[in-house]
Amino acid sequence: MKSDFKESISKAVNNTILTGALGKFSEAYKVNRAKAYEGIDFEALRQNIADRKAYAATHIDLLAAAFKIKAEAAGAKVYLADSPEKVKEYILKVARDNNVKTVVKSKSMASEEIHLNKFLEENGMSVRETDLGEWIIQLAGQRPSHMVMPAIHMTKEEVSELFSKAVGERLSTDIPRLVEVARKELRSKFLEADMGISGGNLAVAETGSIVLVTNEGNARMVTTLPKVHVALVGIEKFVEKFEDIVPVLEALPRSATAQLLTSYVSIITGATENTDGSMKDLHIVLMDNRRTEMSKDTKFVQAMQCIRCGSCLNVCPIYRLVGGHVFGSVYTGGIGTILTAWFEQLQNSEDIQGLCIQCGNCKDICPGMLDIPDMIMEIRRRLAVEKGQSFVQKAIFTVVNNRKLFHTMLRAASVAGTPFTSGAFIRHLPFFLSDLTEGRSLPAIAAEPFRDTFKKIKQPKLKEKVAFYAGCLIDFAYPEMGVSLVKILNKAGIEVIFPEDQTCCGAPARYNGAYEVAANNATDNINALLKEDVDYIVSACPTCTVALDHEFISTFTSLGQTEMLPKAKILAAKTIDFSTLVKKLVDEGRLTPTQGRKLGSITYHDSCHLKRTLKVSDEPRELLQKVGYELTEMFECDTCCGMGGSYSIKLPEISGPILQRKLTNIKSTGAAIVAMDCPGCVMQIRGGMDQDGAKIKVMHTVELLAEQLLSDK
Amino acid sequence: MMYEQFKIRAEGVGSEVYRFQTKAEALDFIIPFLQKEGVTDAPHGYALWAEGPFLNGIDRTPLHNAVPGLKFEVSRQLAADCLVGISEVGYALTDTGSLVTDQTAVEQRLVSTLAVIHIALIGTDKILNGKMDVFKIINPGNSKYIAFITGPSRTADIERVLTIGVHGPKRLVIIFVDDMGGAN
Repeated sequence: MKSDFKESISKAVNNTILTGALGKFSEAYKVNRAKAYEGIDFEALRQNIADRKAYAATHIDLLAAAFKIKAEAAGAKVYLADSPEKVKEYILKVARDNNVKTVVKSKSMASEEIHLNKFLEENGMSVRETDLGEWIIQLAGQRPSHMVMPAIHMTKEEVSELFSKAVGERLSTDIPRLVEVARKELRSKFLEADMGISGGNLAVAETGSIVLVTNEGNARMVTTLPKVHVALVGIEKFVEKFEDIVPVLEALPRSATAQLLTSYVSIITGATENTDGSMKDLHIVLMDNRRTEMSKDTKFVQAMQCIRCGSCLNVCPIYRLVGGHVFGSVYTGGIGTILTAWFEQLQNSEDIQGLCIQCGNCKDICPGMLDIPDMIMEIRRRLAVEKGQSFVQKAIFTVVNNRKLFHTMLRAASVAGTPFTSGAFIRHLPFFLSDLTEGRSLPAIAAEPFRDTFKKIKQPKLKEKVAFYAGCLIDFAYPEMGVSLVKILNKAGIEVIFPEDQTCCGAPARYNGAYEVAANNATDNINALLKEDVDYIVSACPTCTVALDHEFISTFTSLGQTEMLPKAKILAAKTIDFSTLVKKLVDEGRLTPTQGRKLGSITYHDSCHLKRTLKVSDEPRELLQKVGYELTEMFECDTCCGMGGSYSIKLPEISGPILQRKLTNIKSTGAAIVAMDCPGCVMQIRGGMDQDGAKIKVMHTVELLAEQLLSDK
Repeated sequence: MMYEQFKIRAEGVGSEVYRFQTKAEALDFIIPFLQKEGVTDAPHGYALWAEGPFLNGIDRTPLHNAVPGLKFEVSRQLAADCLVGISEVGYALTDTGSLVTDQTAVEQRLVSTLAVIHIALIGTDKILNGKMDVFKIINPGNSKYIAFITGPSRTADIERVLTIGVHGPKRLVIIFVDDMGGAN
């Protein structure tokens, strides 16, 4: 990561005004969005949108041709431009032909993408943004920090300063007063302007219509008052049919700003009369700029389904800490990382792709059904292929790929770590656990790894067997979690086997883009875990479970390796997470918690992979309540703890504040214990709690259940 | 029932909603409203009424006499200087409290974008359930500028504080008339 990028992150994270505003907004957004979607089947709606947009994305040429015929028949001129240069050249020509001196614009991210304002100004025109947020950032000489709320990073004091300069009058910081100033100042610009430039939220092939969705009313003026109207529309905005507008209009305002509908929606089909009786000179510029290429890439074609609502930014735990400017480009947040990699170049996403912690929040709420985390993983993979990994990373992954060497080094570290041990925590660990962030202690490497302890556990010989996949953290840092799991399953009449040859699940390599390394890990694990015929392969680490259940398959698929796929699918079918298995055993009456215990208040932290990839959230809660705990939910229970594997080491300046937020939310419940199903989250949160000094126990569900179930008769 | 549903949604986004049985009763509301809001025959004081079926069979002279700033010719300059714009709209949607109308004629847009107060007139029988229903009726082949209007103009671009009336009308007054036929 470049040092100036790191600096910009530190600056953003330490900007309390920015993080305060974004934090408050993200909290309000979650509540308001849910309210806006009341009574609507969101899953059905977004499937509907995704289907329609996916059709458009794979039929661009057809739709563009149909659109051109229809729109031109209605009096518009349609120009398909493959490059930003051609867009600019065309718009300049239209301006010159019409002797344009002044331009008013309504919001258009496509125009931001090609830096159109700068170009027109260099060619002697006066260009005025009229969307309030866009005008603010134009006056400030900045880029938008959010695609829907461009000036969300600015305070009313800063806005007052900018407006005061613009109108030559000392203004107060009263927001309605500032808005009134904008109304007056910009009204005259609308009336004077020779040309209006708008974007387009949709372009309908069947009718040649463009759709504009706005709140302020500026787009209606931009498209009505000047005699020339240029609509600049990215070709991802196509839909086939007129009725395709409906589902997008249902979702876009709800997802963008939690409104049922924006104040204005305009559907413009061809040229209309100007106020002087002449016909509008309407130009619709359809911009490609690598979108066609994107639509032909099997991994990224889904990005064409984006309706530009910005909700992926609104729910991102990273975005709300760093804001948009850290992304350094026009498009920000998760979707911005993807669009930057395409519309600019892959290289430009090198730093910003690392901001994604892979928590999956954005995937859950995307109305276009984009799998943003997965596309960012693919960017990471392609960057790793293109650039090669850094020397240090390579050294690490070479070790990880050699199980014996890896495990020997982890064992050695347990001895080497001893002098630094304070209580159960040490300050340094090898590999991806090294170079700690402040505000969190890390566990000592266990004196004896689980794989050795396992041999000493006296298990009854039972007919029914499951294999336990421990994962590195339980094997080498928290073996006691593994012991608890074995004992619980024994109690249910199941014998646990521990395939010795199991190794790292490959997540650290995969999340760093090193797919070949991850594929080798996958092959080793598949061979190890399928050696004996068992009913289930159980894991108490959601990240490992996801690897076994999903990612081995996707890693092979991404690399085009088919040989191991059938076995990977067999493994996936047998993989189960700990809480789901135990819940099943309790439901079947094979484990019976004692009734009526009063164990006090507990709160539960949802781990990202468990909740959003494995869709498991009720099971551990039910189990903990069944053994006698009283559940008190924390605020944002399913927001990432900031661990993200090696993320917390690479970006401690982000991971730290996310952890602090989580600790605050845990403490606010007043619960004496916080439970979770992921040893990675335990490491992060227990370490944070240790530094914080709060006397709250941070436990894996397996340990809490073992305490109760094993004492039951 | 549909009227009540619409009214709740529309008021929820800041619209003002009224209902009258006849055009005469609606006029008995509109004329004092214009007087009270300070419509005058001077720049920034005009009220512009764009052509529409409501005006059929209505004698405009007494209206003009009652409110001297009220004009029935809509021009760009007058619209830029108007306080109130009056237009008729096609449909009202209960699900979002929206008005949907064909604004191909530029006069319809001028009075509903540049005015400080927009008065929208509509027959009570024009209420539909939602977007699906209205999309079956509207036709971009005939209507080149279809407008959805949902409450007054708004922004939250400064510190996310909702502020009404940034570029478009600061107030949207919706008047339903049960019987759009007949003269006054």
